[in-house]
Amino acid sequence: MISRGKEVLSKYFTYRRLSESDREGLFEVNIGPQHPASGHMRIIVRLDGDLVLDAEPDIGYVHRTMEKLAENMEYIKAQMLFERAAILDSCNITLGYIRALEKLLGVEAPPRAKYLRTLLCEIDRIASHLYGFGIGSIMLNHSTMYMWSFGLREVWLQLAEDLSGARLTHAYNIPGGVRADLPKGFKENADKAIKYTKKVLKDMMRIFFNNPNIRSRLEGVGVLRREDAIRLGIVGPNLRASGVRYDARLVERYGAYSELEFEVPVRKEGDCLARYLLRVDEIEQSMRIIKQALKDMPEGRLLCDEFYNKLSPSAKKLMEGERFVKFPAAFVTLKPEAGEATARVEMGHGEVFYHLISDGSRRPYRVRVVTPSFRNLILFRHLSIGERFMDFPAIYGSLDYFPPEADR
Amino acid sequence: MSCPRSGTILVGELEECAKKAARWLVERTPIRELRDWGISFSLWPVHLTTSCCGCEFAAASDPRFDFERFGFLPFVSPRQTNVLFVEGTLSKKMAEAAKIIYQQMPAPKFVVAMGACALDGGIFHNSYNIVKVHEILPVDVYIPGCPPRPEAVARAILMLQRRVRSGKYTWEGVPK
Amino acid sequence: MSLADRLRGLGKVEELKDGVVSIEVPPEDLKRVAEALLDLGFDHLVNVEGVDLPSEGKIGLIYHASSYEGEFLGKLIALKTKLDRSSPKVESLMDVWPNAIYMERETWELLGIEFEGHPELEHLLLPPWWSDIPPLRKEFKVKQEGYIVDLTR
Repeated sequence: MISRGKEVLSKYFTYRRLSESDREGLFEVNIGPQHPASGHMRIIVRLDGDLVLDAEPDIGYVHRTMEKLAENMEYIKAQMLFERAAILDSCNITLGYIRALEKLLGVEAPPRAKYLRTLLCEIDRIASHLYGFGIGSIMLNHSTMYMWSFGLREVWLQLAEDLSGARLTHAYNIPGGVRADLPKGFKENADKAIKYTKKVLKDMMRIFFNNPNIRSRLEGVGVLRREDAIRLGIVGPNLRASGVRYDARLVERYGAYSELEFEVPVRKEGDCLARYLLRVDEIEQSMRIIKQALKDMPEGRLLCDEFYNKLSPSAKKLMEGERFVKFPAAFVTLKPEAGEATARVEMGHGEVFYHLISDGSRRPYRVRVVTPSFRNLILFRHLSIGERFMDFPAIYGSLDYFPPEADR
Repeated sequence: MSCPRSGTILVGELEECAKKAARWLVERTPIRELRDWGISFSLWPVHLTTSCCGCEFAAASDPRFDFERFGFLPFVSPRQTNVLFVEGTLSKKMAEAAKIIYQQMPAPKFVVAMGACALDGGIFHNSYNIVKVHEILPVDVYIPGCPPRPEAVARAILMLQRRVRSGKYTWEGVPK
Repeated sequence: MSLADRLRGLGKVEELKDGVVSIEVPPEDLKRVAEALLDLGFDHLVNVEGVDLPSEGKIGLIYHASSYEGEFLGKLIALKTKLDRSSPKVESLMDVWPNAIYMERETWELLGIEFEGHPELEHLLLPPWWSDIPPLRKEFKVKQEGYIVDLTR
């Protein structure tokens, strides 16, 4: 960061567009949808020599209109739409919808189901952070780290597949509980995965985070100050790397988090390196939660009592014997009472917010979802103005922005 | 054939005949088989991530499933690539971009439609912002699944390679 | 004094079942009440939402705000107002909560609410050549298919 750039730009307010006369003489670069490091969006960068004066995101390339389609589907079907918003983290993002629905219906999941939901949520959080490392390192052209993090991610996706039956779209949460129980040998596989991950994380620190080339590109770049992070409403690891201790798991107390012992890591520097190292800390805390959850899991049913009583006798026997749930017919005609409910869940990328309005019929009247990437969208403009152009991929990679989630 | 006058360059039908003869020669069996073999083992896709199936496409390149051993190297410039992977739903804005990129690719080029959303809309079939792939691009291989496993992506690549080697394709402007 | 009592003078206060406190105000008072909330400690905006209510002839607009530190850590507050459906106009809250820039732009695009004072009211998610009515209105029907078609909706 050079002081001349900041002085030149101090007359530009970040949130106001550059006027036509300001734009003359600036070089416009289109980092478009066909680009190895742009994701599914376009960023229009206006340069003065090598200084970035404006980085305008052009999103909407993956807008699949989930909020409108959910008004025409029954409650249990609309969950599948929101799962595809953040397909990496599908347990977390559907858990928000299911919790808001459970508040409207007035049911609560039994303790064993809460522990199982926590287990899969943490597995998904680790997989999401490793995906962030992979994409961030591709933007800095370090393809070894991309291969290593995706290779490590396969270990965790195999665990998730053993538990729920699918690699990415688990469809594990149902209103009132979960869909299936732990298979045989899951605990030993999880212990092996944790030991392997600890070993590989040490190697990753050596080749990527402590690599002098990469460190010089990430250290001191794109600093997000604490007051700005609070005023702009930033969420997730981007917020916690700037010194604000806020996590929706502590605030909303859902799942089994109130009974498990874990820490929420916080760093003070606010630059790109702090954001990456914070995600490494979060992976280690997630592994700690998984170990505790597997040790302390209580026995019990998978589905709450209101829906258990509506199952047919053969489905009840199936649930007791082979430990998976066959849906009762009541799920298709779920009619919650008229009213509204909100729920917040902490995903890998940040906090997702659901607001559900119901008018007493089988289909929701209005579903509103605000995803963490949509709230972090303003950081493109705020952080990159005044930086050099080659710092832009480093900033983009460290934000862990996922376009299908922002576009819904 | 025009008679050469003194001081004029030989143009016209001789050049056309020479071009046609060269194309005919290249389409003869030994050279054509060699050329198809070369194309099939070096199919390079474009860097266009369309939608959420892009996660499984990226997972197909990781050390467990590795599609680079089939000769698949994602390349930066669309002018030097062969195959366009449409991964997932095409929204209207992205369809415009995909069509422009398809027109920029040189022949021979192929299109692979990946995922249920690319087949016929998938779970978003009645949305107001999506476009079905077969309405704007000619598709060669369809991969069903939501999302398809990386092994399915590998199978689609092998299927496309076998099709290219079997000699079913005519390139543009070539008489069969 | 609980939060609901402190806000009683500002508008119609209601405490909902899941702990969210909601205030309903007429559209002219929106900015004044938002600044009062900012002074109380609600320092960031979580959500801007529009709800189409054709049966009442109005469009509802809801702002959810929360706080990252202080005594209201994590508490959600909902600021609601109702606008006339034929020409919904309201003042933008970008000076109070700068995060509203992209969320209000999306609400304009999907429901047609005009925010006065917003510098870039353009298409964000929909393609720039969109010429139909705003999609989240209830008149905009998506086509339904299937062997059982529900004719009542």
